[in-house]
Amino acid sequence: MVPLDELTAVYHRTSGQTHLVAAPVPEILAALEGAPATLDVLLARLAERYDLADPDPEALAARLAELETLGLVQRR
Amino acid sequence: MKHIFQLRIGPVGFRVGSDWRGPVDAVAALYDDYPKPFDGIPDFNVRLFAERPWRRVLRPSVMIGGDYELPDAAPLPLRLGLLAAEMGMNLQMALGQRRYLLLHAASVERDGRALLMTGVSGAGKSTLAALLMARGWRLMGDEFALVDPETGLVHGFPRLVSLKNQAIEVVERAAPGARFGPLQPDTPKGHIRHLKPDAASIAAMDVPARAVAILFPSFGHAPDLRPVPPAETFVRLTQASTNYVALRERGFHALTRLVTGVPAHAIDYPDTEAAIEMVERLWEQSA
Amino acid sequence: MSGALLVRALRDPASTAALDAAGWTSLIAAARAEQIVGTLAHRLHGLSKPASAERILADARASAEQGRTLALWEAEMAGRALLPLGIPVVLLKGTAYVAAGLAAGQGRNIGDLDILVPREALPAVEAALLEAGWEWVKADAYDDAYYRQWMHELPPLIHRERDRMIDVHHTILPPTARPKPDAAALLADSVPLANGLRVLSAEDMVCHAVAHLFADGELAGGLRNLWDIHCLLDAFDTPHALAELRKRSQRHQLGLHLERALRLRDHLYGNGAVLSLADRFYVRRLLARDGWGRSTRPVSQAAFYLRSHWLRMPPAMLARHLWTKWRNGHRLSR
Repeated sequence: MVPLDELTAVYHRTSGQTHLVAAPVPEILAALEGAPATLDVLLARLAERYDLADPDPEALAARLAELETLGLVQRR
Repeated sequence: MKHIFQLRIGPVGFRVGSDWRGPVDAVAALYDDYPKPFDGIPDFNVRLFAERPWRRVLRPSVMIGGDYELPDAAPLPLRLGLLAAEMGMNLQMALGQRRYLLLHAASVERDGRALLMTGVSGAGKSTLAALLMARGWRLMGDEFALVDPETGLVHGFPRLVSLKNQAIEVVERAAPGARFGPLQPDTPKGHIRHLKPDAASIAAMDVPARAVAILFPSFGHAPDLRPVPPAETFVRLTQASTNYVALRERGFHALTRLVTGVPAHAIDYPDTEAAIEMVERLWEQSA
Repeated sequence: MSGALLVRALRDPASTAALDAAGWTSLIAAARAEQIVGTLAHRLHGLSKPASAERILADARASAEQGRTLALWEAEMAGRALLPLGIPVVLLKGTAYVAAGLAAGQGRNIGDLDILVPREALPAVEAALLEAGWEWVKADAYDDAYYRQWMHELPPLIHRERDRMIDVHHTILPPTARPKPDAAALLADSVPLANGLRVLSAEDMVCHAVAHLFADGELAGGLRNLWDIHCLLDAFDTPHALAELRKRSQRHQLGLHLERALRLRDHLYGNGAVLSLADRFYVRRLLARDGWGRSTRPVSQAAFYLRSHWLRMPPAMLARHLWTKWRNGHRLSR
């Protein structure tokens, strides 16, 4: 992942695809790296790391669904 | 392939073969002082051939082929044989180049620092590059800029500069001593004439340079200069590259390194004089 | 003749030490034309050669590696769309070789994704793929009807965003061809991979390559097909294994084709074989490339093109098909 001003460029090795993503995607990907988590655990991790005022599980679920379609995350 | 010519442009060697003598003679005449491929082994083969044996003589038309080909491509009439050879070499680079990140950009160099000009066809890159060369810049290329993924340096690919329609006259006036190829009239893109890079540009073809400025020129507007942020530059350059995807992670790192390390600007210009002036001013500021 | 040069380089990599610049140029051009340059690069890896040849071949290896990544991803995405249907999805050809980690996959140039599914499942497969972002590569209405009625695959589909094609087969030869492979057996004996996708059994992989090489007929890419067969046959190094393979090929009515493939493979990549007259015709066709990688036998080529269509369609149908294609082509001619 390489930050480029407001957006971050992400290279996905398994697919060879490049994605340009905005917050909170880089943060979500970083929080999942090497440590798979359930929705609640992930939400808690993000709330702690980034000092979220109002953590919304529905919004997170929606973002994760989008990332799943792109192939960047996988549900187990 | 009865007629053959081998040449090297920058780091890339070509073998050009043709069923007719004309195209090879035209290429050989304009590239007479270019080196041969390293070790005598070309990187790419270009073939100019007749679709059917009788088409060699009867209304001769040239099919463009080689290691990499486009299916359903239409042939060109024999009188445009030089254009066919140039297109053939471009095609091999566009489809087959894997060592360097290929950017569809013109590049010129001064004092070891390179300026890249990229954008859609017709934005004026080739014309600007030719005019800058006439003003003493080293021409690295007008079609492709080669970026080495390991070093981040730009390598030259100084093939013949392809000038179209009005640009032909503009450059002829600005560079009276320059060598031009024959006029190729009534091509699918209008009239074309090829300009030979000057002796200094050819002699320096193996010297890479560090990129210090990226420009997106746009012809036919009131003069304006504005910075382009890295993310936008990144996207526009992936669109300007034919092999970004094929280079995988190396391509990703080469391109992110380029856009985070080199400032980019969009330049709108009403005429070439204004453009040259803006470029020279920008250049002085970047020193 | 650079076809012979290419075969010798693959069979005996050390023989390339004697090549001069013109020889290397011809060898590389022929390898590219046969879509086998990645494999050649792997075979010659580590041998001393001119710096330019080393660079060109290193690029070919990198290219094949890139192709491998894309092919496996395409298979993964097809799996995501189709495995939920509860049907077997069997990978074929190049993608299968790399997914299964086989030697035949090393350095291979992979184009489209080919899969085999049960015939009854075709409508569901079609719907699932269209739903997941694939769309038809529309030629014309006649081609579409031709595919559905007479061929052994759906008309080609291409993915909207990834721009990669998928060919969905329900058997390995057209229903109108003479040999009739046992599609149900191919599916029943397929082998599962870790990700839920499947590949053909080792014997069936050989049978498929053989079917693809001859009965599917234009012999284009023949040298590469025979090399695949050569690699796959490494697993059949005992008389018992070979006998089982022969039995299996007979079940698919490909017995004679397998014998021919074995002879050609021995002749080109092995220790030699006794060839029949027909075999020699095939060899000539397979090796017919000049120093530019071009096919040098236009007459043979036309003969094989006609033969390939004859194998797929009875003569009366063939005449009608070619007439319509010619008429369409003529309308669009420049």
